[in-house]
Formats: sequence, C-alpha cells, structure tokens
Amino acid sequence: MTTNRRPLMALGLTFAVLLVLPFVATALDSTATISLVTRMMIYAIAASSLNLILGYGGMVSFGHAAYYGLGGYTVGILYAHFVSGDPLFGIIPGTNQFLITLPAALLVSGLFALALGALSLRTSGVQFIMITLAFAQMVFFLFVSLEMYGGDDGLIIRRPNELLGLRLRDELTFYFLTLGFLAAYVGLCGRIVNSRFGMVIGGIRQNERRMAAIGVSTYRYKLVAFVIAGMGAGLAGALMANHARFVSPDMLHWTKSGELMIMVILGGMGTLLGPILGAISLIGLESVLSGWTENWQFYLGPILVLIVLFARGGLYSLIPGLRGNGRD
Amino acid sequence: MAVTEPLLRIVQLVKRFGGLVATDHLSLDVRPGELHALIGPNGAGKTTVMSQIAGELRQDAGQIIFAGQEISAMSTVRRVRLGLARSFQVTQLLEDYTALDNVALAVQVRLGHSFRFWANARRDRSLREAAWRYLEQVGLDHRADVRVADLSHGEHKQLELAIALATEPKLLLMDEPMAGLGATESRQMTELLGRLKGRITMLLVEHDMEAVFALADRISVLVYGRCIATGSPAEIRANAEVRAAYLTEDEA
Repeated sequence: MTTNRRPLMALGLTFAVLLVLPFVATALDSTATISLVTRMMIYAIAASSLNLILGYGGMVSFGHAAYYGLGGYTVGILYAHFVSGDPLFGIIPGTNQFLITLPAALLVSGLFALALGALSLRTSGVQFIMITLAFAQMVFFLFVSLEMYGGDDGLIIRRPNELLGLRLRDELTFYFLTLGFLAAYVGLCGRIVNSRFGMVIGGIRQNERRMAAIGVSTYRYKLVAFVIAGMGAGLAGALMANHARFVSPDMLHWTKSGELMIMVILGGMGTLLGPILGAISLIGLESVLSGWTENWQFYLGPILVLIVLFARGGLYSLIPGLRGNGRD
Repeated sequence: MAVTEPLLRIVQLVKRFGGLVATDHLSLDVRPGELHALIGPNGAGKTTVMSQIAGELRQDAGQIIFAGQEISAMSTVRRVRLGLARSFQVTQLLEDYTALDNVALAVQVRLGHSFRFWANARRDRSLREAAWRYLEQVGLDHRADVRVADLSHGEHKQLELAIALATEPKLLLMDEPMAGLGATESRQMTELLGRLKGRITMLLVEHDMEAVFALADRISVLVYGRCIATGSPAEIRANAEVRAAYLTEDEA
C-alpha cells in the first residue's frame, strides 16, 4: 500500500522546529518568544481538539471555549481552595498538585461535553451551532456572576501547580511540558482519525444517511468524539491556567470559541498539522499587529479573509507538496 | 404447493403527505429467495414504499413484518442489523473515501461496534480483504483505491450495491439501480443482479422494463400508491389493468 508520507514529514518538521526553537531563543536572549510560543502551543491543543469534531466529524460546535474555560477554572478553583484551606462544596480539598488538577480538569470538561453533547447532538445544522453557543454562554455568565471566584475579574493563581519537583514557573520547563502535551494530543488524534472509530466519524461527516444505512447509530459516535474533543480543550485550559497564572471569564467567552474556529479553518480543517499552523499564525499575527498598532483587529480581519479566500484548504494547502492533501 | 412464510410482509401500509396519499393500503409479500420487482408510473410512490421498509420514513398506518418480526416501529439502524439493506436511487456514498474504504466501513460495522481508537483501520487486513471480495463481486475491484468523487456514475451505482452486499443482508432493497446508466452499463448491471438472484432476496424498483421482465420472479404494479396487480412477468404482461395504467402514461 502506498501512503503519502509528506503530511507526516511536515508534522515531524514542525515539531523539530518547536523542539529547537527555545535553544535559539535562549541564545538570542529572547524569553518573550518562549512564552509566546508556549501560548501558541496551548491554543494549538485546543484547536486540534476542536478540529477533531469540526474538521474530521463535521460538527460545527460553537461552544468550544466552554471546555477550555472549565479546564482553566478547575485548576484555578482548586488552587483557591488550596490557599484558603476550605474544601470545595465542603468536601473536596483544594490542591496545587498538577497530577490531580489536570485529571480533575479533564474530568470536568469531559463531563460537561457529555452533558452538552447529549442535548445538542440531537439537533443539526444551524440549530446545533446555536445550541452549542447558547450553552457555552450560559457557562460564561455563570462564572461572571460567581463573585466567590472573582466574577468578572477572574482568579489569580499566584504559583503554578507542582509537578514532580519541576519548576513550572520556569519558562523553559513549562515550554517543554506544553510541547510534550501537544505532541501527545496530536499523536492521539492521529491514531484516532485512522482507527475504526475515526473512519466512522469521517463517514458521518461525509454522509450521515449512508452511515445509518449500513447500521451505525451515529449519535453515540458523535457524542464520544465530542467528549474526547472537550477533554482536549480542558487540557489546554488547565495548561493556560498554569502558564498565565490567571483564569477569567474571557476564557469562556464566545469570541474565544470563534478564535479557535478561525485557527482550525485558517490552518486547514481535517488535517493534523492545520490547527497547529492556525494557532501559530493567529496568535503570531495578533502579537505582531498589536505591537504595531492599537487597531490591530482592523488589519487582522482582511488578512484572514484573504487567506480563507485564496487558500481554500487553509495554510496547510499552501505548503508545497501538500496541496490537495487535505484530510490526511 | 408448499406455503413458505414470506421474508417480508407489508400489511395495509398507509403514508400520507398532507392531502396526498402516497401509499394507499398497500399489501405486499416478498418470498425468500425471490427477486420481486416493484414497478409503476412516475409518482406511483415506489421510493416512498422503499423508504418505509428501510425505516427512513414512518408509515401512518399498517404493518411491516420482516423475517417473522414486526419492524414497523424500528429505527433504520436496527433494521439493517436484522438484515435489511438498501441501495439508494440517488447514490449515498462517502465521497472523500476510496471505494474500498466505503465497503470496508460497511464490513467493519457489521462485525461489531467501532469504539476502537488505536489500530489503523485501513491496515486491518480482515476488513480490507473482505471488502475486496464485495468489490470483486460487483466488478469494481480494479478501482478499489480510487476516491469515490473520482468514480463515474455507473461505478457509483456498482459501489452502492457492493456496500449493501457488505452488510450481508437477508433482503436487499434496490431503488433504481439502472437509473442514469448507459446501455452497456445497464446490461452489466442486469447481468450482475442476475448473478445475485437466488442467493439474496431482492425487492427491486426499476424503470428499465427490459431488465425487470428479464430478472423478476414476480412483479407488483403500483399506481397511485395502490398495488393493482401482482404476478409472474407473463401474468403482468397480459394484465389489462396494467396495460391501461402504462398506456395512459405513455400517451400523456
């Protein structure tokens, strides 16, 4: 069987660059770069998770920020209770151990994705978009009104979580930790999309009626994909909480869902590399343009429109040798 | 003559769309092993009947009994698992996948649940080899690795059939397998159905009368949602009411 190795090579090359980059940045004494790329990678995890349902599964979920924010708030709230010493709901003690806060974040975002998916996946098309958006906004307003956890102002996490004696406050350590998680999550996505489960998910995107006609209860498969994607966003949120040492309702806002969606579409839907490219480009553009002018969003808009107009498969399709290789 | 229990029994089936009665107290039997053709002028409600048998449309009244079990209220998915497969008039295929992927997926689904997240399904030889055999049966094996979007219309029709066969059905519902095919392709499809005949029970909706009269063991004629005659091809050919129904259409 002849399989095209090029998409895999491009992905490998991207990770090689990410691996070498901090050493170059350190040599050039540019720690800000390390922090910026860490942020890009965290968003890349969130965008990759959205890509699993949006790009591969064809489910236009407009509420992905909810899982991302819930993942972040799980870390933040557990930390707040750790500092104050009062247990959460009177029973759950707070903690600053990443080996506990991370699984907790995955659990919370996964359970929420299960509940939201169970309800919203009964609909399709525009209703589905609107219902995912509505549920995510409910979570946003919930956290805005929770004065106990900072309300509008959010929660400050004074010290990052502890993990096996690593100094997570150290930019470089956190960079490699994030890179490891990104590699693991993208690797997992790569296995999933080519597995039996992934074939079914891809089939549902292409023709749900056909899938029912060969005997697939599509709802269950979509729901499981939804939960896997939600947990990926939860992972990204937990990392961001530790990286920014701050969580706020901004993480849950619908514009964050929109940003994640732009990253996926900009980079290339239904490809493993696409969301990573999308996250790097969007965060990169934001950072460059905002350093240059206060009205950076005014310039960002047309750039995005141009890319989407002229590269229908996203940035991914612009890479030589990958054109027409969408949906690897 | 021995009375065999029909594989599919439709009893007093009714389907209305607003004021239009698309299926009007239709009763029909399909016996095990036979190729039963359902013919009728345009708008007679043939596809509507197929959709109700497959479970995509819910009847307003009446019963559908398949292999001795009432399936009237079952979902499409459960009916497929009982052995009821359908090929679509307007082909429903997975366009980004190859022909082999399409069939392998049907094999995969028949073999059990697909909550397997790790192993590469395209490298699973048990799935690929089984899928290959169904493609061979319909004469599409030489196009196995071509994306569906790049296949011709005739090949899409063949692939529809291969996918339906891969579900190992007891009864195959074929909705106009010849529609849109050229003369040569139609002849090939007729030959193919002829080869499958006897091995798989089929309910065939088709406009190509030459094919229908060559293939069918029995024919039912549907006019305005009602069955006006059922019988052997010779009986149907001789039936005055059928001739009237078709003649009026030809004159119109």
